[in-house]
Amino acid sequence: MLPFGVIRENRIVLGEDVALWAMAPPWAVSVTLAAVVAGLAMGLVRSRQWLRFAGSLVGVGGIVLTLTIGARALLADAGELARVSPAIGFWLLLLALLLLMADALSAMRPGPGARFAILVGLLGAFGALLGSGALMDLSVMQEYAGRAASFWTAAQRHVALAIGSLAAAALVGFPLGILCHRRAKARGAVLPVLSLLQTIPSLAMFGLMIPILSWVGASVPGARAIGIAGIGFAPAFLALFLYSLLPVVSNTVAGLGTLPPATLEAATGMGMTTRQRLMRVELPLALPVILAAIRIVLVQNIGLAVIAGLIGGGGFGTFVFQGLNQTATDLILLGALPTVLMAIVAGVLMDICVDLTRRAPKGAAP
Amino acid sequence: MRKGLILRGLLVALLVALVLRPELFTPLFAPFAPNGGPVIYQRTSLLSLSLSHLGLVAVASGLATVVAVSLAILVTRPAGAAFRPLSRTITNIGQTFPPVAVLALTVPVFGFGSGPTLVALFLYGLLPVFENAMTGFGTLPPRTMEAARGMGLTRWQQLWQVELPLAAPVILTGIRLSVVISLGTATIGSTVAAATLGEVIIAGLLTDNTAYVLQGGLIVGIFAVLLYDALVLVERALARRMGRVQQAA
Repeated sequence: MLPFGVIRENRIVLGEDVALWAMAPPWAVSVTLAAVVAGLAMGLVRSRQWLRFAGSLVGVGGIVLTLTIGARALLADAGELARVSPAIGFWLLLLALLLLMADALSAMRPGPGARFAILVGLLGAFGALLGSGALMDLSVMQEYAGRAASFWTAAQRHVALAIGSLAAAALVGFPLGILCHRRAKARGAVLPVLSLLQTIPSLAMFGLMIPILSWVGASVPGARAIGIAGIGFAPAFLALFLYSLLPVVSNTVAGLGTLPPATLEAATGMGMTTRQRLMRVELPLALPVILAAIRIVLVQNIGLAVIAGLIGGGGFGTFVFQGLNQTATDLILLGALPTVLMAIVAGVLMDICVDLTRRAPKGAAP
Repeated sequence: MRKGLILRGLLVALLVALVLRPELFTPLFAPFAPNGGPVIYQRTSLLSLSLSHLGLVAVASGLATVVAVSLAILVTRPAGAAFRPLSRTITNIGQTFPPVAVLALTVPVFGFGSGPTLVALFLYGLLPVFENAMTGFGTLPPRTMEAARGMGLTRWQQLWQVELPLAAPVILTGIRLSVVISLGTATIGSTVAAATLGEVIIAGLLTDNTAYVLQGGLIVGIFAVLLYDALVLVERALARRMGRVQQAA
């Protein structure tokens, strides 16, 4: 059987694997086993999706129970600097249960409102678990406790990088996309340049922004005052912005290009000006395609923003790369886990938005 | 057509020169190197880095293709239809997990080196191939399929002789997306000591040497453009052949 937890004498050394039954007192282990078995068994009921969903919750509750009780019990007998973290057995069980949850949820086909409620509920439960302090004995949380302030600064920076660069790309990309849709010449000039930008590996893109921006910071008066410099936030922001531009522009063009000609003729026939037609007919109809692109860019940006940690741009990448340098697994987790969570939440939220816009025109149509 | 051929030839020549004789480009890169610093990366030969970079991408994309196409075949059969939502979920999650996070999370399991990079590229490459394979199998012309059944082909023969060849161009588009993304993403693997061209870029980042960054980025970029182009050509050739097959049927 795969180890469920790992105990280490301090944060750097190799740990000792702990099996599930050695992790916690027998009653807790039996409750966990019962919960996991019951949860997975409920997951096998193919016809009742809510039962499968409930099963995944029961299972997750079970493994978290042993983890929290076990961590406290193991630490009680160990030295001051000892640390306990979940091991491969825990992660695999968690992954299987979360897959079950995702599968049950997708089969239930909840509407956008229900999905939002479930997301908020799950995040709330997770937040309450973190807030209750039950997980404080785990090594990742000890790592967090040591740098809580810088963690939240990094989180803010990460969001600012990922969403800010996307907002900037949208501000530039929409008008550019509309222009490309109307003028074939502009399309021929803009799209190849943007595709070429996309072939630059992300790592190099971040690297190339450094000399460009340090030159700008040094030679344009006032640029330094607003924070434009070779390292830090500005180059990371610019790199993400350039990466986001192609999907936004090309999907705006694609979204506008697939509209039924009859609708456009009807709009013109009703006496709409070009501007009215764009704002009231074309953009609303193209919105689902455009939002789908924004979803991809947002998830991708949250992931790429990690690289900012390599050029001093802040964000969760700072922890990841510090952790890799010190071979401190807990620190790596402290950077990587929130990134994954953020990417998944962003993906779900954007899917809800796409669904909402898809539904609206259908309801309005006769 | 001729113009395109010349352009491609020039790009290939440029790439070969950049990889095999980088010292020829010293005057070009010199302005970007720090004063008195080295201009051309020499710690490892660019050829061996390029080969292991391409090797990693090939293995990861190959595995992703085999798994994604098999999965798509499985869930488009009547027996496997129940697993369709689950496999969608899995490939979607593979794409949502940021590759850098996958690298970081797999280092404790596989250690430093190329292992984590392979896993990250594999997971990231699954979705485009899977989605395209699903489209490919889902949009087969019903009349051709009926004809195949009518000819008395077994299920297995239908799959190998009719469905796969017809879906191949669409699947190949997915593979192309996956390969091009992997080429760029593989550079990140060098943050956990995988031997890729990212090593050159990271060396440049660490020593403030833009010449290195340009050199690494340029080579990866040209590889990406050429591979993209080559795969488009293969796709077109395949689609043309499939067109003929369809006409004959």
